[in-house]
Amino acid sequence: MIRDLLANLDTLLLWGFAGCAFVSAALMLVLRQPMRVAMALVSCMVFLGGVYGLLGVHFIAAFQVLIYVGAVMVFMVYAIMLLDPRDESAGTSKYSKLYWPGLVGLTALAEALAVGYWNDLPHALRGAAGEPFDILRFSEAFLSEYWLHFELTSVLLVAAVVAAMAVIRENRRHERG
Amino acid sequence: MDKVQMLQVLAASLFALGLTGVIIRRNVLVMLMCMELMLNGVNLSLVTFAHTMGSAVGAVLVFLIFVVATAEIAIAIPVVLLLVRRKRSLDIETYTDLKG
Repeated sequence: MIRDLLANLDTLLLWGFAGCAFVSAALMLVLRQPMRVAMALVSCMVFLGGVYGLLGVHFIAAFQVLIYVGAVMVFMVYAIMLLDPRDESAGTSKYSKLYWPGLVGLTALAEALAVGYWNDLPHALRGAAGEPFDILRFSEAFLSEYWLHFELTSVLLVAAVVAAMAVIRENRRHERG
Repeated sequence: MDKVQMLQVLAASLFALGLTGVIIRRNVLVMLMCMELMLNGVNLSLVTFAHTMGSAVGAVLVFLIFVVATAEIAIAIPVVLLLVRRKRSLDIETYTDLKG
């Protein structure tokens, strides 16, 4: 019994991480406080990092934790700490009036779950597991075949930083004028 | 259920939950976080297929999505800060200046 469990530990952990990620994502729709929503998203991202690690793509798991949790979500948490006390809509309903469009999203969720439960994958994908790729193969592909994309991401990041500074400066000019 | 199938269902569910959150939540910051959840769903789908096919293309795309998400947040947070300064609210329904 214990040997069987240990033999399937990877699968069990994968299902556990996937289930926890789904629950954390669902909590984001239910929780009221933005900080709690942010913590639910952080836990969802960490569980997804665990899923990536179990799939053998460790460098993406590391990127997930370092970039998403360590940079994006920390920035988001700073913004929540800065803005939350000013939020005067805290006493009103947390949901918008767009119930019918919201149903579209819930229908998409139900469809995804139903299709996954009742339909099988195409034969070519079922049980397939290609040769796992490591950071070396990823880096070679990235810097040889996809070097233009690499350069474009650098340009995009610089453009984002310049745009963020421009937004702040424009606002200061507006306030002085 | 197969492992790949389960992960694809999870990816689609995360995308659908994020989409629902963007539509029905009123807080601008929560809406931004729901967009991040949608990106995470796409990332999971790409990683699963890259793992299944043994191809590095999916991983390259995931890396690009990481950068796009970072750039998106770097722009979105200052814009939200300025909006809150002017409107004194995080409620999306108060931002009606561009309404026709």
